[in-house]
Amino acid sequence: MAQATFTYTDLAELEAPAIVAPRQGYWWSVQRRLRGDYITLFFLAIILLLVGVAIFAPLIAPFDPNKTSMIYRMKPIGFRQFWLGTDELGRDMLSRLIYGARLSLMMGLVPVVLATAIGGFFGVVAGFFGGWANTIIMRLTDIFYAFPSVLLAVAISGTMGGGIANGLLALTLVFIPPLCRVTEAATTQLRSRDFVEAARASGASGLSIIFFHMLRNILGPVLIYASSLISVSILLASGLSFLGLGVEPPTADWGLMLSTLRQSIYVQPLVCALPGAAIFIASLSFNLVSDGLRQAMDIKA
Amino acid sequence: MWLYAVRRLLLAAPIALGVTVICFGLIYLAPGDPLQSLLPPEATQSDIAYLKKVYGFDKPIPVQYLKWVARASMGDFGKSIQNNRPVLAEVGQALSHTLIISVGAVLIAFPLALGLGTLAAFHLGRAPDRIATLTSVVGVSVPNYWLGIVLIIVFAVELGILPSSGMGPDGSAHFDLTQWSQLRYAILPVLTTALVPLGIIMRSTRAAVAEVLSHDFMLTLRAKGLGPLTIVCHAIRNALPQILAVMGLQFGYLVGGSILIETIFNWPGTGFLLSKAILTRDIPMLQGALLVLAMSFVLINLTVDLLQTALDPRVKRG
Repeated sequence: MAQATFTYTDLAELEAPAIVAPRQGYWWSVQRRLRGDYITLFFLAIILLLVGVAIFAPLIAPFDPNKTSMIYRMKPIGFRQFWLGTDELGRDMLSRLIYGARLSLMMGLVPVVLATAIGGFFGVVAGFFGGWANTIIMRLTDIFYAFPSVLLAVAISGTMGGGIANGLLALTLVFIPPLCRVTEAATTQLRSRDFVEAARASGASGLSIIFFHMLRNILGPVLIYASSLISVSILLASGLSFLGLGVEPPTADWGLMLSTLRQSIYVQPLVCALPGAAIFIASLSFNLVSDGLRQAMDIKA
Repeated sequence: MWLYAVRRLLLAAPIALGVTVICFGLIYLAPGDPLQSLLPPEATQSDIAYLKKVYGFDKPIPVQYLKWVARASMGDFGKSIQNNRPVLAEVGQALSHTLIISVGAVLIAFPLALGLGTLAAFHLGRAPDRIATLTSVVGVSVPNYWLGIVLIIVFAVELGILPSSGMGPDGSAHFDLTQWSQLRYAILPVLTTALVPLGIIMRSTRAAVAEVLSHDFMLTLRAKGLGPLTIVCHAIRNALPQILAVMGLQFGYLVGGSILIETIFNWPGTGFLLSKAILTRDIPMLQGALLVLAMSFVLINLTVDLLQTALDPRVKRG
């Protein structure tokens, strides 16, 4: 089976992760496998570091990220007290990168969380009830699959006029169909299993079957898939800001910084490449941790 | 096979219809009047009414939609609000420019990914596999708009051997691939575009070929004493339908998702056209470009699906 890989240019090629019934001591074995996986642990540490930096930005940042200075414009890396140089308005790059982590991580996480809740709901409904509900929901997701994800995100946020809220909305809409598909596939697979049949035979209602018997079995594969979308979301959100459709200036955001510094690549090429490197590190870390978790949890993709 | 083709076509029809609804309806998500940006502040009520009538915005939305679909199906997407040129001609020209980049990227990425992925599958867990896996993870994680900027910094700013943006010294009008002086403008965009599909296809190839290798018939082939090359051919042949599906999707994404790379390199393709239409709120252009891109994506997927069925006798669909 083709191993599913996801970038922001690519959502449709997913396969539903197969369901593995949790055995006794399942989480124990997951933890044991993770402990030996140094690559995953290392990148998990980077993610925690990024999250910490984002939360405590005001304490860590050496300067005010929005304080401009005519004298210190476009200074190189390591110029006096500016460890990572300054941008085109003389603002400290390190402080802006630290503050930028807030928006960039939020734009990566929030759409995925929202889409998991909404897409997951529709997926469970479609998978559990089947029939017409399934046909309507799944055919609707098919239509959204006819758009490459970048195109859909740009089209939605573009027509709505940009801004953070519209960007979040656009990304959430982009991620709902794939999450719906994955949940639907997992639910459909489970529905015909004997333990569900047994629950039904003993008189359990539809809702209690979903909540007590299916949800915890679906959760693993769906959450793993959702975690692989975080990196996609970070890339897409920064891409929107890069196009001027996401975060608006002067707010510090990696995508936006990359876009405004683009004009200065002839002056300070290294400084201009920094925000993109930050996006890369964040997206790489989330990708590798997601891969590591998938392996540790023994979910075939 | 033919039965399946007909059924697949019938399934694509409602999707295509849904796509037209989305392309048309997106515009009404936007706050404000579509003509607002076009009108000078001193426009009188009668001017506004006249313009609305000219562009058909005075009719109820469902009527507008039906008229739009009817005309679009005849190839008439209306005229651009900004420059009054027919939308279809503009989109068609831009699409040809986008195809230069995406086909170029396909020519580089697909064979390379197939080769490296197969190599990795034959050496699971050893050096070639690790290198291939690393490359694919990087390819999947790197923001390609940043990669484009880095390549510009290296090859245009520091080394000064390749142009940083645009489509040749005389613009896009006389772009000629056979001339090195113009072809060099396509090199950086093509390389930037190629990395993501390279990573993804390499990963799928590795997985697909490794799966084939685990079957008993591969052992039989080895036991028969076939040479390594023949064995590789057998493995690829069996993994091909799966790999092909991924390749087709990737090609679709390259054509439809070109907006970021075209923005960086000022390449006048469909993505560039689209971002211009968004910024100027050029609605006929926006609808037309979206529709053409989404439809070509649907068409590519359909083609790949049929090709896959034709290639793989095990898939009996009908």
